[in-house]
Amino acid sequence: MDKIISGKNISLTDEGFLKDFAQWDKDIADALAAENQIVLTPRHWEVLTYIQNEFKNDVPLSIRKIGKSGIVDIKEFYQLFPVAPLKTATKIAGIPKPVSCI
Amino acid sequence: MKRLVILGAGTGGTIMANQLKKELDDKKWGITIVDGRKQHYYQPGFLFIPFDQYKPEDVVKPIQQFIPEGVDFVNISVDKINAAQHQVVLANGNTLLYDILIIATGSEIAPDETEGMQGEEWGKSVFTFYDFEGAIALRDKLKNWQGGKLVVHITEMPIKCPVAPLEFAFLADSFFKDKGMRDKVEITYVTPLSGAFTKPKTTETLNYLLKEKNIHIETDFAIESVDNDNKQILDYGGKSVPFDLLVTVPTNKGSQVIENSGLGDELNFVPTDKATLQSKVHPDIFVLGDATNVPTSKAGSVVHFEAEILTENILAYIKGQKLEEEFDGHANCFIETGGGKALLIDFNYDHEPVTGTFPIAGIGPLRLLKESRFNHYGKLAFKWVYWNMLLKARPIPFVKARMSIAGKDYN
Repeated sequence: MDKIISGKNISLTDEGFLKDFAQWDKDIADALAAENQIVLTPRHWEVLTYIQNEFKNDVPLSIRKIGKSGIVDIKEFYQLFPVAPLKTATKIAGIPKPVSCI
Repeated sequence: MKRLVILGAGTGGTIMANQLKKELDDKKWGITIVDGRKQHYYQPGFLFIPFDQYKPEDVVKPIQQFIPEGVDFVNISVDKINAAQHQVVLANGNTLLYDILIIATGSEIAPDETEGMQGEEWGKSVFTFYDFEGAIALRDKLKNWQGGKLVVHITEMPIKCPVAPLEFAFLADSFFKDKGMRDKVEITYVTPLSGAFTKPKTTETLNYLLKEKNIHIETDFAIESVDNDNKQILDYGGKSVPFDLLVTVPTNKGSQVIENSGLGDELNFVPTDKATLQSKVHPDIFVLGDATNVPTSKAGSVVHFEAEILTENILAYIKGQKLEEEFDGHANCFIETGGGKALLIDFNYDHEPVTGTFPIAGIGPLRLLKESRFNHYGKLAFKWVYWNMLLKARPIPFVKARMSIAGKDYN
């Protein structure tokens, strides 16, 4: 499905994940965060940047991995992205839903 | 003489020993299999022990019984692998050199990864059926349990046999109905996932069954700790679920051997090429079963399919040929739904489980993603197949390593 986010036409999966990372930018991240009642702070951005880099390097993401990243611990990850943090953070970061769950 | 060493004589290692014994020229290749344990467990049977449907002795046999003649069995634990030296170090300090190494060291539960899980209530009101001793302890608990809040819980993914906790919840529903005390038991299924399963069509079916059986579901629950004093589990987001009886699937990790060897990821699973099953780092190391990090279920059916493809690949590797045979992530799982019925799902990396017929397209006799009695008999018959055909690497009629899309209802 397509949706207008911060003035641009964006392709999303049924679950609201971006289909094409090339369409992502920081305004879109802000808009997606707002839909999840989150205002992005520099702390959020550190985590989002880490997640995007891991994705680019083909590293499968999990909550445990993020907890051991040295960027945030799991407790803070939950404070930053309170509901289903891995799903929410990857959605805002513009990358596909993690397949850590088989 | 060249040497092929297999670490682990569980399902994957044992099948590989049997297949390679048939395929390799024994004048050129010697095969050694290493495992410190004395017993081989039929792990799918652990699910039935708490409900007294299987006796403990149904699921255990001597490990050596399934190692073929002509294969050296070293009944000593492994300390670590020195991949750079092509060498395995045993717990007694002896070493084994290899030309090819197969890692089949599986996965195990790690309850110590969760704060409080092995606290005061462990073995009193906190149980797991994910190992032999745990399944027996839970059986003894259920015998006299008077009812209350039963919480069936998954700590984190991935876990061995990801449908087993759901099956446990379904079988518990039947068990308490049969005992005439279902009204005294409130069942809650707590999962870190966003639904009953990871694949959409299966989740739909399973959600329907959960509802029908009056099992509550709590999703997106990432456990932080078990609160022994107040008998509840707490999640990082501040949610809590109270229990009178907690049946948990603890974190699953790869073997300590993998950690000692520096060959694993953060959960000790070995980074493995998902199509060839070769180690991503060392070309003379191959990995199968629960020990890998490949993105499919950790299940006996998967290791069985992998073994067939890995055998072809090892033969190609020995001849110096390119590894062309490709593993597609094929998994085939029965899901017990209680009341003498079961579902069957068949899927791979690319195709989620859907309805249809199996293993013969259009005929069956098994029905995919639909409850039936026949599927339940299939699951029970599988114990015999496991001990008598699968471990010995005898072909199972009609069931192919690569998933077939025939007979399946994709839209």
